Amino acid sequence: MKKELTCVECPMGCRITVLLEDNKVIGVEGNTCARGKMYAENEVFDPKRVVTSTVKLSCGGVLPVKTDRPVSKKDMFSVMKVINGACCKAPVKTGDVIIENVFGANIISAKTVE
Amino acid sequence: MRNYDIIIIGGGPAGLAAAISAYDNGVKSILILEREAQLGGILNQCIHNGFGLARFKESLTGPEYAERFIVGVKERGIEYLTETTVLSVSNDKKVTAISAENGVFTVEGKAVVLSMGCRERSRGALNVAGTRPAGVYSAGTAQKYVNILGYMPGRSVVILGSGDIGLIMARRMTLEGAKVHAVCEIMPHSSGLKRNIVQCLDDFDIPLYLNHTIVNIEGKERVQGVTIAQVDANKKPIKGTEKHFDCDTVLFSVGLIPENELSKTAGVNLSPRTKGAIVYENRETSVDGIFACGNVLQVHDLVDFVSEEAEIAGKSAAEYVLNGATEKEVIETDCGANVTYVLPQKINKNAGGNVKAFFRVSKVIKNCTVKAECNGEVIISRKKKIAVPGEMETLLLLGDKLKGLNGKITVSVEGETE
Repeated sequence: MKKELTCVECPMGCRITVLLEDNKVIGVEGNTCARGKMYAENEVFDPKRVVTSTVKLSCGGVLPVKTDRPVSKKDMFSVMKVINGACCKAPVKTGDVIIENVFGANIISAKTVE
Repeated sequence: MRNYDIIIIGGGPAGLAAAISAYDNGVKSILILEREAQLGGILNQCIHNGFGLARFKESLTGPEYAERFIVGVKERGIEYLTETTVLSVSNDKKVTAISAENGVFTVEGKAVVLSMGCRERSRGALNVAGTRPAGVYSAGTAQKYVNILGYMPGRSVVILGSGDIGLIMARRMTLEGAKVHAVCEIMPHSSGLKRNIVQCLDDFDIPLYLNHTIVNIEGKERVQGVTIAQVDANKKPIKGTEKHFDCDTVLFSVGLIPENELSKTAGVNLSPRTKGAIVYENRETSVDGIFACGNVLQVHDLVDFVSEEAEIAGKSAAEYVLNGATEKEVIETDCGANVTYVLPQKINKNAGGNVKAFFRVSKVIKNCTVKAECNGEVIISRKKKIAVPGEMETLLLLGDKLKGLNGKITVSVEGETE
C-alpha cells in the first residue's frame, strides 16, 4: 500500500510516498533529507495535532486553551465538542488544567486572567 | 507635560520586547502606549500554536508567547497605558495621545520607538466586483470575532488569499463547525507557510485553488454566494472557468501593510519596497532618536524575528538616550536579482559588529546561491535548497568585512526558477 503526504519540516514541501506492508513502513520515497523520512514515518500511522480553541468564561468573554499534548487527528472534532461544552471561572493562570483527560490530553489555559 | 527617556508606541510583541531590551540596557524611564485594552497586540487573537519555535524551542500559542513578554514588562515595573491611542508624533519626539481616562495629552521622550504593527489589506484595495452585503470580513477581523469576542461571523465560508491568517481561519472556523468551501489564491503558489497548508487545509480536505480569484460577490443584505475563476498569466479571469459557491461569508487574507501614519507625522522617510521606515542596522530611522521595529518596519512571518528586531531597536534607543547621537559613516544596501527588499537599507560602518540582513525573494527559487556583493566583490555567499516569497531570508554580514567596504551592498538570490 502507498500513502502520499506533504512534508512540513521545511519550505521545500517534498511530496513523500510511504510504502506500507502489513502496517509496517517498508520504504519512504520523495524525501530529500532525513527529517523528511522521520516526519513521514510518524505522520503515516496516527497523525497527531495540538488542538487550540477557546472556553467560555463565566464573567464574559472567552479563554484561549490548548491540549497539553497532541491528540489523534481523527479525534479533533470530538475534542472540540468537549471544549465547547465547558465553562470556566477567572482567576485562571496559564497552564491551569481546565478539563482533565480528553482523548488522552488535558485541556489547559493558554492565558492568565485575573 | 510629562517626560520620559523612551516612549514606545504600541504594546504588541515588538513594543514589549523593545521596552524590556531598553530597560535591560540601562534606561528605566520608559512609557508604552497601547490602543487596545490589554498588552500583547495581535498575539492575543492568534490562539493557534507554533509561536516561539526559534526563540524558546517550544510551540506556544500567541497569548502564551505574549504573556512571557508582558510578565517581563511588569516585573521591571515599566509604565504602560492601555486604551490610549496616539494621534501624532513630532520630529522632536513629542507624542500626543488620547484616552477616555486622560483626555488628550502630550508626553515628551528623548527617544521614540515606533512599534505600531501592520494592518490588513482590505477588500476596497482590491476592488472585487459584486454587491456590498454583510458577511465580508478581513481574516483578522473574523479571527477577533471568533477568538476574542467568542462568536462566529458565519457558517459557510469562501476565503480569498492564502496568507497565513486566511489558512489559520480556514481551520479555526472548520473546527467551530463552519463549512469552508475553498481558498482561492491568485498567484501560482501560496504565500502561507507549508505547515499551514498541510495542517489547516489538507487536514480538513479544504481545496486550495491556485491561479484563481473571486470575480463576483452576490447577495443583497447578506452574502449569498461567490463566483471564482481561474486567471491567466496577466491575472485576468479566464472565461468559462467560473465556479459558483453558495456561502454566507467571504474572508479576505490578501496581505498586510505596515501602519505608518504616525511615522509620517514624525517626518520619517519610508521605503516604497517595505512600506516601512528606512532604517540603519540599529533600527534608527531617518529622524534622529526615532527607531522602528516589528511589522511597522517590515511584515514578518515569525514573531520570533519580531522580538529579535525589537530588542535591537530597544537597545539602540537606550544607547541613544545614554550616549547621544553618533557620527555615522553610511553604506547602503540594495536589491539584486530576485530580491524584493533588503533591510536594513543603511549600515553605519562605525557601529562595528555583525549585521543580520533580512530580505525576501520575488518567486520560488530552488538550488540557489544567496549572495551579498560590493563593487563586484562577494562579501558572503551560501547555498540554499529553496527560497520562497512567503518566508523571510537572512544573511549575516560580518563586522570585519563591513569596515573595509565602499559602495553599495547588493543582495541577490540566483538559481532554478519555474
